[in-house]
Order: sequence, then C-alpha cells, then structure tokens
Amino acid sequence: MGMIYCDYNATTPVDESVFELMRPFFCDHYGNASSRHQVGRIAKVAIDEARNKVANAIGVQPDQIIFTSGGTESNNLALKGFAGLIPVSRLVVSPIEHASVRVPAHELAWLGWELKQPGVNSDGVVDLEDMAQLLTGKCGLVSVMLANNETGVIQPVADIVKLAQKSGVLVHTDAVQAFGKMRVDFDLLGVDALSIAGHKIYGPKGVGALVIRKGVDLMPVLTGASHERGLRAGTENVAGIVGLGEACRLVIERMNTVETHLKECSGRLETGIEALGGVIFGRKASRVPNTSYFAFENIDGPVLAARLDDLGFCVATGSACSSGKTEPSPVLDAMGVPLHLARGAIRVSLGMHSTIADIEEFLSALNQCVSSLHRSAACA
Amino acid sequence: MEQNTVNLPIYLDYSATTPVDPRVASKMIPYLTEYFGNPASRSHVYGWTAEKAVENARNEVAMLVRCDPREIIWTSGATESNNLAIKGAAHFYKSKGRHLVTEKTEHKAVLDTMRELEREGFEVTYLDVEENGLVSVDTFRSALRPDTILASVMLVNNEIGVIQPIYELGEICCQQGVLLHVDAAQATGKVEIDLQSLQVDLMSFSAHKTYGPKGIGALYVRRKPRVRLEGQMHGGGHERGLRSGTLATHQIVGMGEAFRLAREEMGVENERVRYLRDRLLAGLVQIEETYINGDLIKRVPHNLNVSFNFVEGESLIMAIKDLAVSSGSACTSASLEPSYVLRALGRNDELAHSSIRFSIGRFTTEAEIDFTIDLIRKKIGRLREMSPLWEMFKEGIDLNQVQWSAH
Repeated sequence: MGMIYCDYNATTPVDESVFELMRPFFCDHYGNASSRHQVGRIAKVAIDEARNKVANAIGVQPDQIIFTSGGTESNNLALKGFAGLIPVSRLVVSPIEHASVRVPAHELAWLGWELKQPGVNSDGVVDLEDMAQLLTGKCGLVSVMLANNETGVIQPVADIVKLAQKSGVLVHTDAVQAFGKMRVDFDLLGVDALSIAGHKIYGPKGVGALVIRKGVDLMPVLTGASHERGLRAGTENVAGIVGLGEACRLVIERMNTVETHLKECSGRLETGIEALGGVIFGRKASRVPNTSYFAFENIDGPVLAARLDDLGFCVATGSACSSGKTEPSPVLDAMGVPLHLARGAIRVSLGMHSTIADIEEFLSALNQCVSSLHRSAACA
Repeated sequence: MEQNTVNLPIYLDYSATTPVDPRVASKMIPYLTEYFGNPASRSHVYGWTAEKAVENARNEVAMLVRCDPREIIWTSGATESNNLAIKGAAHFYKSKGRHLVTEKTEHKAVLDTMRELEREGFEVTYLDVEENGLVSVDTFRSALRPDTILASVMLVNNEIGVIQPIYELGEICCQQGVLLHVDAAQATGKVEIDLQSLQVDLMSFSAHKTYGPKGIGALYVRRKPRVRLEGQMHGGGHERGLRSGTLATHQIVGMGEAFRLAREEMGVENERVRYLRDRLLAGLVQIEETYINGDLIKRVPHNLNVSFNFVEGESLIMAIKDLAVSSGSACTSASLEPSYVLRALGRNDELAHSSIRFSIGRFTTEAEIDFTIDLIRKKIGRLREMSPLWEMFKEGIDLNQVQWSAH
C-alpha cells in the first residue's frame, strides 16, 4: 500500500506459506470436522495436525489446546472459565492488562469477586512484593500478561507462579503479544492457562487458542455441541485453525533469526529516538525486541502519528483496541508517567518485514515531524 | 449444460457446511495478506481500509435481511450468536422475569444454552412440536406467561428443513412483551427474511451455511424498539460494546460477499434446487416403507430427511459411503444416539437411526441426484434382502404384535 508498516503489535500480515496451507480449506476441503463422512474427516485430520503444531510450539500435549476465535475469547474463557468452577474469592489482575483481561475481571468483580491490583513500577514491571501480599490463601485466581502490548515490557510470570503455587492460586497469562517475540515454554512458566492469538504471529485473524494445564478444569463459556471436548462449542474454523498451526510452527522455526533481526532494528531505532530527545517508556526493563513506546515533551501523540502517517509511516498511539479513545493509556498511568508525557505516546512495533532502511527513513521522518511540531509549539 | 459424470463422494451435506463460493474466496483473500490491517487501528491507512471493508460487509448482511446495518453485530458464528442473544437478553432482563420458552428441535447451541440458564435459576419451557415438525402457534401462545422474557424458535430446522411460523410467533411475542430470538443459521439464502415485517428482536446468522467461511457469524439486535443485551465477550469494546475482539476482516468480507450473492441469486438458485429436490424425492418415494420427516409444504427446498424402515442405521451409512450425507445433525453425529429432532416428531428409535438427511446446494448436479437415487435403491434393496424384519413385514406379520424374547 506504499506505506511503511510499523504497527505489528496491532496485527500482522498473514505469511505467504501460512496462507498457502489455509487456501485449500475454503473451497476445496470444506468439510465440517464433525461430519462422519470422508469430506468431514479431511477437515478433522487437518485440525488434529494443527493442534499438534500448536502444542509443539508451546511445549504441551495436543489435548491441552482449546481453539477459540482469538485472544479476546481465550482471555475471557480463562477468567470466566476458571472463576465459574471455584468458590468466589479474590482475583488479582495487573493494572496493565489488555482490555480483554481487565474488563472480564471487572465483570467478575460485579459477581462478587474481590478484585485487587498490584502496583507497577516506573519501568512498567508488576511489583512482586505487592503480588506476594495479594497471593494469599484468600486468592483464587491471578492473571498477568507475559509481555505488555504497549510497552513491550516482559512481566515476571514465572516468579508470580512460584508465589501463587504456595497458596494454590490458579495463574493465567495473556501471551498474545509475547508469543512469537520471545521464547514461551508453558511448563517453564508454570502457569495454569495461557492465551495466544493467530493474527499477532503472521497467522489469520479470528482464531486463537487457550492452552491449559493437564488436570485443570474450566467451565465452558460458549455452550452448544461438544466441540473442543465440551469446552468450546461451535463449528471449527478449519482454515483458521490450519493457519494458526502453521503460524505457530514458523514462530519456533524462525525464532532465532527473527530475534536477531528485531534486536538490530530496534537498537538502531531507539538510539535514533533518544538522539532526538524522545523518552522511551520501560527503557530499563526487559522487553520484547520489537516494541518501542515513546514520547516527546509537548508533542501530542495523535498529532505526531498523523504527521508520520502523512510521511508514509503507520504507527500507533497506544493499543489498537483503544486507538479511538483520547484518554491517556492506563498502562502509562500505572507506571506513574506524568500526563504531559503520556499524552505524547507513540508506539512503533517492528516485524519480520521491517528493514534497517525502513528504520533510517523513519528516523528521518521523525526528525522532520518533531522539529516542525516543536517549532510550531514555540511559535504558538 | 450439466455434466454427466460425478465425483465421489457426492456431497449432499450442505446443511452441515458449504464450500466457500470461489467468488467469495477471491474477495476475502486480499484481506489476509495485503489489506491486513486491524480495523480498529485509527491511525493509518491499513486500519482504515480494513474498517471500510468491514462496514461494506455489514451493509450486505443488513440488505439480505432488510435491517439497519447498525443492528448487525459480528460474532464468531451462529453458536456464539445464539449464546449472546439468549444469555445476553436473559441476564439483562432478568429483573423483569425468569421464564424462557423454546422448542425441542432447536440446535444444541440453543438447547444447551437454555440448560445453562436453568442451572442459573431460570425456568425454561421446552415446547413439543407437531408430527410435521412445526411449532403450534396456539401451543406457543399458551406457554407465554407474565414472567416470560424471551422465546427462541429457529426459522429453518437444520435436520428436517421445516420453516417455523416466525411471523405469527413474532406477533404474539410483540403483543405479550416477550423478546423473540430466531436462529436463522439455516435460513439465509434459502428463504426471504424481512426484518421490517417480522416482529423479531434477535436473529442469529452463520456464514458457513451460505457459502461463506467458517468462524464468522452475526447477530441482529433490534434498535426500534431497542433491545438490550449483556455482552458475553468483554474487552476492547468492539461492536458497540456488545462483542469485543479484533474483527477478522477477511472473514467478515467473506460473509458480506456470501450474503450479497445469496440476495442476488436466491430466487434462481431455489428454483434449481427445488427441481433437484423434487427429482430426488420422486426417485426415493418409489422405495417401499420410506417416510419423509417434516412438513412437506412448509420446508426449504434444499433439505430432504428420509427414514427407511427395516434397514439398520449403521449398515445404511456404511453402505452409502459414496454419498457424503448425515444421519442426524453434524454436530451430534459423533454419538450414536438417535436424533432428538426425529424423536420429537414421534419417530421411534429404529426409524430415527435409519434416517438420512440429504441437503442439496449450489453445486449439486442432476447427475449427482440420479446417481444418488440409483445407489439408495440398490443399497436399500440389498440391506432389506438380508433383514429378517423385512422378511416378516413382507409376509404380512404385524411386528408390533410379536413377542420378542429378551436376551
């Protein structure tokens, strides 16, 4: 489309090889996987193969994978599914979670759950001491994302699991942004449930998965026929699931090269941003290598994004899901970032197709926009 | 000019799912790899392009069913739409009453959801249907109470293809102040749906029954008078806060195009399908002891559900491997229970087990119908030759009088 796309955290293009694997399942192998005949069986086999691929990529068994319609549904299913089967008690959710965890948590609070939030330090990391206080025997469920979608900051999920295990608290992690950008191993993390989404890993939109620990039970949210072992009713989106499977396989295959490439690009990018006087949020924390969330003093984020768009660069101001809103990001608020800086927030998230040349062009455009906006601010 | 050769197996299971029409696929595909933006991204052209495509598709869906596009909410399919409509309305209006009404031949996505609400303390009346599969308008009317808040009745039944009297039920619900939800998953592209004249408050749609992709559906939510729902999928506030989650542009474009084709081609297609169905019916009724399940008039032309007496169900399915058909709905065909829909019509277990659902579609040919008739005739003949029950029937023995010894 003639633009340079720098919003990979919002979504990614479907990889050509993922698409080629999906293609036959629209018009040719169109069976309903629940049908007993040959046409249906082909679909069933394809789903089983995809399930194996997803399981391998996360380090679990295939029967630990529940296919859903995406990250939002996986997160909803984790929280409501767990909450539905345990006595109402305390629910701990970090203040920097994606809306698809935050809002279900509020729904559960309406139903009587005691909703508690740990603090977040200025680097954007959840406070483990707060967590230790909150994850007592009175707590039933905790959800902390593995990597934040705005700052890219990696959360200490494995440490939180250790704290939770002392009191038998169920742990869910939203790994939608993390998976594909860092190594994700279900058993090493030790969580009870983990969410992923296809469209963040060069797979299709409309499909995701919830990975659950063996022996852990969930109340289904979508009721109906007995798909996904009775945990998620609805005719399977065969093409989508096939796409998710292949996307997961490629994540593992490409992890090293992608990581190296992204580190190189973001290293150059962040040096450039800081040289122009930009403040990078979560700078000192451990972050996924593709995300740079930054602001310039006295430059409004949406205005800068619009100028960058004029010059051919697609960026975000905060998360896509909230990009219509004008309030500053709750993530930055939780980090204690003052409003005058938070309102300038721009997120650049790189991907497989980003190049060093793109970065150089971006920095040049950024320089241009920032100078001109500073000048007009000075004149005003 | 239709081809005379057939490719095996012959697909006559369009009610289970349909292939994506090639025209739909070519419209969808660019949104996977090229126009891949997140429709919620407001800050760049990738997002705007995707959003525009989503709104165009919404218009197409709205046009097929004659409603306002703002009344269409995207979901991941009809199962989710049914969940959202029934749970969403029941939870929102529960202070007005806790009684719900539905009927026994609904899809599991409705029945299981109703059972879930029963567990939460709602009371549900499951109405019987007549022998022809239709809900009696009088029975329905008598079931409504002052504390009834919602009724759910499908427009077209997935197993037997009958068309329920939604117009009349809607009038009754409107008079009594009861919300009416209609599962129209099997109806789009097969019958006219006019939400300007139907007094329906909520209607579920599926793309993959109408030559669109799997994994996408919609829910109609009436605005005038305004129907309120408690959202079931929470998060970023998409779809007016009723259904959060990144919109799958390619899926939505597919559904829009599928529904546009349905609107433009339904008339002609139905005639062709009716012709094929009549041909199939004529061929099958020549076989003795066959029974058509469901009303013969109030049905869509695409469906023929036939019970073959004195034939064992599993043997029948095995014998007709060259046909991709269903015995019982796809979603329940993993378990060998007799179809609850056929049981609701009054069919006994044996007859329910030995029934086949033939569902005809856009790509069915006359040659395929003729092959099917020949195959069925041959196989039924052979199976009955081996059946002692058939022998007894032919000898005039009334099987109901026989004292069967227990084993």
